[in-house]
Amino acid sequence: MCIKNSNMSETFVPSDYFPVVIFFIFALLIGFGTLLLGVVLRPKRPYTQKLYPYESGNPPVGEPRYKFSVKFYIIAMLFVVFDVEAVFLYPWAVAYNKLGIFGFAEMMLFVFILLIGYIYVWKKGAFDWE
Amino acid sequence: MNTANYLVDITMIMPELTLICVALILLLLDLVVKNKEVLAAVGIAGTLVALYGTYKLFVFHAPQSVFADMFVLDGYSNFFKLIFYLNIILTILISLKYMTIEKASFGEYYSLLIFATTGMMIMASAADLIVLYLGLELMALSTYILAGLMRKQLRSNEAALKYFFLGAFSSAILLYGISMTYGLTGTTNLREIAAALQTLNIMESPAVFLGLIFLIVAFGFKVALAPFHMWAPDVYEGAPTSITAFMSVGPKAAGFAVMGRVLFEAFGGMQMQWNSILIPLAVITMAVGSIIALAQTNIKRMLAYSSIAHAGYMLLGIIAGTPEGLASTANYLMIYMFMNIGAFAIVIMLRREGFQGENLDDYMGLAKSHPLASALMLIFMFSLTGIPPTAGFIGKFYVFMEVIRSGYTYLAIIAVIFSVISAFFYLRVVMYMYMKDPKEDVTLTTSSTLSIALAITAIMVLILGIFPSFLLNLVRSSIPG
Amino acid sequence: MVPLSWYIVLSALMFSIGVFGFLSRRNLIIIFISIELMLNSVNISLVAFSHYLQSMRGQILVFFVITVAAAEAAIGLAILIAFYRNNPTIKVDEINLLKG
Repeated sequence: MCIKNSNMSETFVPSDYFPVVIFFIFALLIGFGTLLLGVVLRPKRPYTQKLYPYESGNPPVGEPRYKFSVKFYIIAMLFVVFDVEAVFLYPWAVAYNKLGIFGFAEMMLFVFILLIGYIYVWKKGAFDWE
Repeated sequence: MNTANYLVDITMIMPELTLICVALILLLLDLVVKNKEVLAAVGIAGTLVALYGTYKLFVFHAPQSVFADMFVLDGYSNFFKLIFYLNIILTILISLKYMTIEKASFGEYYSLLIFATTGMMIMASAADLIVLYLGLELMALSTYILAGLMRKQLRSNEAALKYFFLGAFSSAILLYGISMTYGLTGTTNLREIAAALQTLNIMESPAVFLGLIFLIVAFGFKVALAPFHMWAPDVYEGAPTSITAFMSVGPKAAGFAVMGRVLFEAFGGMQMQWNSILIPLAVITMAVGSIIALAQTNIKRMLAYSSIAHAGYMLLGIIAGTPEGLASTANYLMIYMFMNIGAFAIVIMLRREGFQGENLDDYMGLAKSHPLASALMLIFMFSLTGIPPTAGFIGKFYVFMEVIRSGYTYLAIIAVIFSVISAFFYLRVVMYMYMKDPKEDVTLTTSSTLSIALAITAIMVLILGIFPSFLLNLVRSSIPG
Repeated sequence: MVPLSWYIVLSALMFSIGVFGFLSRRNLIIIFISIELMLNSVNISLVAFSHYLQSMRGQILVFFVITVAAAEAAIGLAILIAFYRNNPTIKVDEINLLKG
């Protein structure tokens, strides 16, 4: 089947979305309006202590942007990989009854391969904090 | 949808499954075994088992497609798989000692090589764009890491970084091409795409042509066709030399395998259209590769440009547009694998502790101190140029014959002119070795495995050059007309 | 119902923004994000095609693209960190050891 054959006659009806547009405009107006009102009305008397970042009353120490340990990146990277692999579990779970024992075996194999990766990462010491 | 069917399908991908298992075992083995030579031996043994599996499937099963026509087993895929097997075995042989010298002897190395090879094999067998994409990514992701394996060396990091960014960019382009083709034809299966193009009568459609361009550009990145070659010289120079040898053959062969299959099987009726892109690409590629290589003083960089030029010659077989032409490209890749890995093996021999050995000057007077190594380098350089008693001549001759038979005589003439230009820089290496006085004493790093690899490649280059009929018969029977 | 062409235009625009970002930006992280943008624009068009063609293949491919993109991100960042350890910069113009 091709696009030409597919049904493209249904068109977008603007009136359906019109209340949303009005709502959106009002949200913008109120949000920015209150901010603008505050800028116009509030008194402005800046001095050094006032412009300091608030750190629970203590004077601020050091740079605000300090480097994170590289360990964080490794944990985050591993999380990204193992987390996203779970995306295959969803369609499998939905179609579980139709796939039968073979589908189950396949998914166990998939998880087993992930497990090998996990063991590898663990033994390589990627989870060690110190 | 019964289990028995699945089991038949799984039998057909046994070689790939074997390789995946070996790679996973290597990954775990690396945690307990400290001797890397054991890992290399396991890797080679596993590859040989998979090779035997492919041979068995080739002998006992007629060409067929499995997994709902997504994975195809035929002579074409088997021939390319043979290239990949030999490529990985030779790479492991040449890299054992070298990776220790580079202080990058990791167990993951072998595992990643096998993963990359599996990806290439999946690409060669892909009859569906989804499978093609997955195989390509498996190959590419493994190769990115391999290029950056010398993680203490900045140039290796840089090579991996460049390779990664351009590779990811090209795979995004490939995906866009796939999505356009899918949207227009309603399928991702190559045969069904061809059928849909016929029945819907959209071959002339500019949208289909645009999708085709996206696909060709993405494959062009993978096989390093100019103007998509920018990454190749940097990556080839910065990566570990053994990996340079591996990826100047493997991903290139895999790229040509999928390019051939996609163009011939899915877009077979649009030959006029794809040739209108491929012909300029081939001419630019040959020109850029041959001419810029003249200015190089680093031998890895020179071989990188040489590999770009060779991609241009290989493309001629696809431009010919006949199964015979495709066979000539496959034949060229097989020959290129032997001569290129051989040349890189010599480059690796010059590398030792505290000495890079990558400059052309390092080859000065090598013939006086090391006549055998120089003679082998001479053979490989002659073969890369395409001088008659060597295999390189057969490869070029076959490709040029096919492109002439399809009526593109002018392309063959251009290719011959660039071959002559390329002789300047190949023979310059020979000239440096034989006609210059040595600047300093060069000691070669030898090992038994490296010698085996050199012996195999040199003998194959000579045998295929003198008795070409064996390989030609093999490739012609694999890719029937 | 939103017509198919809207999705295709959205996807094409996103893809073009990604290509532009990839070619013009000089910060490696931004380049990285541009590539992700390109991949996700493809996902949009694939899902749209899949819906309008009433065929599942597009959505299957999207699943694979998502997972491969995650693996790609992990490997890319790993390479980036390895590079950063030897040379603390993420500006493209300063990565020029290999040239010719």
